[in-house]
Amino acid sequence: MSDSHHSTDALIIGAGPVGLFAVFELGLLDIKAHLIDILDYPGGQCAELYPEKPIYDIPAIPVCTGQELTDKLMAQIEPFGPTFHLGQMAESLVKTDEGKWRVTTDTGTVIEATVVIIAAGGGSFVPKKPPLQGLEQYEGSSIFYSVRKMEQFRGKKVLIAGGGDSALDWTVNLHPLAATMALVHRRDDFRAAPDTVNKMRALVDAGKMDLHIAQLKELKGEGGQLQAVSVKGPDGDYDIECDTLLAFFGLTMKLGPVADFGINLDKNLIPVDTEKFETNVPGIFAIGDINSYPGKLKLILSGFHEAALMSQQAFRYVYPERRLRFQYTTSSSDLQEKLGVS
Amino acid sequence: MKIFVTDRDGKEHEIAGIDGWQIMELIRDEGLPIKAECGGSCACATCHVYVDPDWVDRLEPKGEEEIDMLDLAFDVEANSRLSCQLTMRPELDGLKVTLAPE
Repeated sequence: MSDSHHSTDALIIGAGPVGLFAVFELGLLDIKAHLIDILDYPGGQCAELYPEKPIYDIPAIPVCTGQELTDKLMAQIEPFGPTFHLGQMAESLVKTDEGKWRVTTDTGTVIEATVVIIAAGGGSFVPKKPPLQGLEQYEGSSIFYSVRKMEQFRGKKVLIAGGGDSALDWTVNLHPLAATMALVHRRDDFRAAPDTVNKMRALVDAGKMDLHIAQLKELKGEGGQLQAVSVKGPDGDYDIECDTLLAFFGLTMKLGPVADFGINLDKNLIPVDTEKFETNVPGIFAIGDINSYPGKLKLILSGFHEAALMSQQAFRYVYPERRLRFQYTTSSSDLQEKLGVS
Repeated sequence: MKIFVTDRDGKEHEIAGIDGWQIMELIRDEGLPIKAECGGSCACATCHVYVDPDWVDRLEPKGEEEIDMLDLAFDVEANSRLSCQLTMRPELDGLKVTLAPE
């Protein structure tokens, strides 16, 4: 079996807090799990949107940050050795001739599993795109939202938009390669690390790059080749000559290919029953923010509960011949052995 | 109490104001298309609105966090606010805002 082809009991789409806790509940029932997440790190919204913000409604944890919750969940599921496929998006879901589910990611990883658990929250985190006319025709050729290979920007007239760490880091790092470098930001104040901001300002002072206090207004070019970006500054509109635009305006959530998996959707949510949290397709479950049912609350603790009940039904698919034994971690030496504490 | 919200098609909606609620929550619960992805914790800039010029100075001033998050919004103007950072109170009865483009 190659590195990109895997077989497992349960595949969890989404490594946010609910997807992570599902590893625990499945693990207690001897169900091995793989997880896919589009982010390069686990934690989902907790890690991406509010790593530093406090959460007060996790039972028995009076306060913890999004990142702390993620770290604690990672520690809690460690005994079960989940396999992570990060920086990837689940792109297709099909049933194999053997009755398994085969999920393929956008980077080509193939995972076959007996059950699939969709714990995708608000969808995949994707770059926020500036609402500029004709944007699509330049994407991939002149407009980018990330840097995969720095060499790609050698000799280019680069314009970077944004005021956070990504924008400032790439301004400083790509400046030696680029033919020209300019940074455009809406105000003369930056969220990025002060050290990087100072480096950028030194480059500007030395006449090695330009800083524009302005907002993106219009794209100019043809045939997918950008020639200039028109911006709106405090004193009016003007053009910045460039052949490459790197836009860093954070991430937003899009449902993405899950919508094409052949599962019933209702207003971009996946309806489930409240006994098994199974979708209309047997063997495919949805837990956490992405599901809907009467009385649904988008709370992390609801997702944890859903993960526990989902796992009971997943067990019946993974071990149809075995009888489900309900046990407590406090008293079961069997469970304690699985947790590595006995 | 009420607020007036103009959607992206230019249609104005009158929404009942509830003391202490975020303006974002009032707009969201009315079913208008406001993403408010982070649920009102000033972490995503997807509840961006333009405040009617007559009302700008009557609002609580922007906090540092809100100013930072507005960097992640587009077409930011002097009257731009994140509606999760505006709290409904009697003095805001009649507030007018417009949903920013997505």
